[in-house]
Amino acid sequence: MEKLPTILLAAGVGCFALAGILSGYLPLAHLGKIKVKTVEELVTEPSYEFQDLAKRYPEQFKKYYGDANVENYRKALKLGRDTYIAEACWHCHSQYVRPVSNEDQRFGKVSYAEEYQNEMFLPHLFGTRRVGPDLIRESGKHGNDWHVAHFYDPTIVVPTSVMPKYSWFFDGDQPNQKGLAMIAYVQWLGSWATPEAIARAEAEGGQK
Amino acid sequence: MPNEAIPLVDRKAVKYHIIAGFTFFYVSLFAGLLYALQLSRYYPFPGVELLSPGRIRMLHTNGVAYGFLFNLFIAAMHWIIPRLTGKPMLSRVLSHLIFWAWQGIVGATAVGLMTGHAQAIEWGETPVWIDPVVVVGAALLIVNSATPILKVAKRKLYVTLWYFSAMMVWLPLTYVMGNFVPQYFVPGAGGAAVTGLYIHDLVGLTVTPLGWGMMYYFVPVILKRPIWSHTLSLVGFWGLAFFYPLNGVHHFFWSPIPMYAQYGAVMSTIAVEIVVFTVIVNFFMTIRGQTDLLRSNIPLRWFYTGMIFYFTTCFQCAFHTTLTLQKIIHFSDWVPGHAHLVMLGVFGFWLIGMTEYLWPRLVGNEMYSRKLSVAAYWLSTGGLFVMFLDLLVAGVAQGYLWMNLAQWEKSIVLSMPFWHIRTFAGTGIVIGILLFGYNLWMTAKNPGTRTAESGPASGRKAADDNAEEAPSAASSQAS
Repeated sequence: MEKLPTILLAAGVGCFALAGILSGYLPLAHLGKIKVKTVEELVTEPSYEFQDLAKRYPEQFKKYYGDANVENYRKALKLGRDTYIAEACWHCHSQYVRPVSNEDQRFGKVSYAEEYQNEMFLPHLFGTRRVGPDLIRESGKHGNDWHVAHFYDPTIVVPTSVMPKYSWFFDGDQPNQKGLAMIAYVQWLGSWATPEAIARAEAEGGQK
Repeated sequence: MPNEAIPLVDRKAVKYHIIAGFTFFYVSLFAGLLYALQLSRYYPFPGVELLSPGRIRMLHTNGVAYGFLFNLFIAAMHWIIPRLTGKPMLSRVLSHLIFWAWQGIVGATAVGLMTGHAQAIEWGETPVWIDPVVVVGAALLIVNSATPILKVAKRKLYVTLWYFSAMMVWLPLTYVMGNFVPQYFVPGAGGAAVTGLYIHDLVGLTVTPLGWGMMYYFVPVILKRPIWSHTLSLVGFWGLAFFYPLNGVHHFFWSPIPMYAQYGAVMSTIAVEIVVFTVIVNFFMTIRGQTDLLRSNIPLRWFYTGMIFYFTTCFQCAFHTTLTLQKIIHFSDWVPGHAHLVMLGVFGFWLIGMTEYLWPRLVGNEMYSRKLSVAAYWLSTGGLFVMFLDLLVAGVAQGYLWMNLAQWEKSIVLSMPFWHIRTFAGTGIVIGILLFGYNLWMTAKNPGTRTAESGPASGRKAADDNAEEAPSAASSQAS
C-alpha cells in the first residue's frame, strides 16, 4: 500500500479507469445508441428568424451573408455558436431545462438526451451558473429587434439586466456578421423541440 | 546523501515559481474584482471587446488555477520531493525550461482568452491550440519530478509521495480526457459526463493530492512531530483515490445524463466526506497540545485555517450534492461561494502559508513585518468568510425565487445587495494579498532584517538542508 508500483497502478491507473468506466463510459455507451447528427443533417432549411433578419437589415445581411439560404444559415449558426463560446456566454446562461423546480413552466419542455446528440453540441454547452435565464428554449421567445437592442445594450429592454454590452457585434448601430450570427444562433436554440420531435424521441427509448 | 557540489534543492526554481505564481495571482484577483464590478453595475470598461466581462471571468478562474495554484505547487514539488527522497530533480536545465514553458502557457492562455479563442470546457478554457503544449509541459514536469521518486522506489514511501506520485499518473490522464474527448469526439450529455469527470478530477486528483501532500510534509516539519496516525493516512489516501474520481457527474445533476450515473455520483460524493473526516481528525490530533502555535506560527495558522475551510466545504458538499438540495442551489451563487472557499480558502491559503514559511529561507532574511503578515491573514480570511456566507445566502434566495416562478428580473434585483457585499469582501481579500506581496517584496529587499542566527543567505541554506530533516515513513509509523 505504500510502495510506488501499487500506488501508480492501483490508485493511479486503476481508480481512474474504474471511475472512467462507471461514470464516463457507461453513460456514454448508453447515449451512444442515439445517432450523432452532422450540422447538414440537423439543419435542413433556414429559420423564419434568419429570413426575417435578411429583411430587417438587408444591407448588412447582403454584405456578410448574401442570401438567406440554408448554407448561409448553417454558416451563421456555427459562427454564432463559436461566438457564444468565445464570449463565455455559457458562464452565465445554462442550456438545459431540469425536470424539477418548475423549470418546465418557466422555460418550456424539459431537456432530453436526443436534442444534444449533434455536432452543434460538440462540446456541450450545459453551462454552470444562471445569472441570466436558461437559453435552450429561447427560440422565438423574443423578436429579432428585441435581440438587436438587447445585445447593443441589455438595459434598453431589461432595465435591471447585468449583462454586458456587446458593441463589437455592431457596425455603428447595425448588427454585423457576429451580431447576426448570434441572433440566428439564439433564435435557433430549442426550435427543434416540437411536440412531434419530442414524441419521437420518447418512443425511441430516450430518457424521460 | 546529497552531493555537496550540487545542492539538493533548486532554490532558484522554487523562488521563481513563487514569484511567477504571485504575479498571476494578482492578475487573477483584479480580474475577479472587475467581474464583481460588472455584477454590481460599476464596470469601468463597458463595451470594450478586449476587456469584456465574460472573458475577464475566464481570466480570473484560469489565472488562479494555472497561474497561481500550479506555479506554487511546482515550487512545492521542487522543495519537497528532493528532501523526501534525498535525490535532486532530474535536471536543473529542465526545471528552468519547465518554468519558462509554464509561464508561456499561462501567458498565451491569458492572451487567447482575452482575444476570443476560449474553449467551452469549464476549467479548460485554455484555447484548443495550447492544449497539446500543456500536455507536453506536464509530461516534462512529471519526468523531472518522478525521477527522484523512482530512484527510491524500492523503499516504503512517505505519505506525501503517495499523493505526489499518484498525481503524476492522474494529471495527464485527466487533462487529455477532459480537453480532447468532449471537444472532438463526444457531443451533448455524454460529453457533459466526461467534462464533469474532468472538472472533478482536476480538483480531486491533481489539486487536492498536491495540497494534502504538502500538508503531510510541512505540518510535521513545523510541529517537529510525526503525523498522529499512519492508518488514517492510508485511509485518507486510498479513500480519495477510490471515491474522488467517481464524483464527476455531480456537476450536472438533473441533466439528460442517465440517472444511474447521477445516483452513483451522489453516493460517492457523500463517501468522500467520510474519508475527508479521517484526514481532518488525523491533522487535528497531530497538533493537539501545541495549539498555541496557531497564534505564534503564521504558516501553521494559514495551514490549519485552510483545513477548517476544507472541512467546511466538504461538509457542505455532502449536503448540497443531494438531488433534493440541488433543486434549489444548482445554477445559483451558492456554487461560486463553495468554489471560492475551496480554491482560495483551502488550496490558496495553504500555498500562501507555504510561501510565508519558504520565503525567509529562500531570500535569507526574516519576514519584514509580522504585523503585515497578520493583517494579510485577517483581511483574506475575513473577506473570504464574508464572501462565502454572502453567496451562500444569495444562492438559497435565488433558488427559491426561481422555483417560485418569480420574474427573472426579481432574482437580479434581489441579488444586487449580495453582489455589492461580494465586491466589498473581495476588495478585502485583494488588499490582504497585496499587503502579503508587499511584505515579501520588503523581505527580499531588506538585508537589515537578517538576524544573527539565520546568518548570511548561504549559511542559512546549508543549515536548512541538513538540520531540518524531512519526516520519514518510519517516524509516522511509530504511532
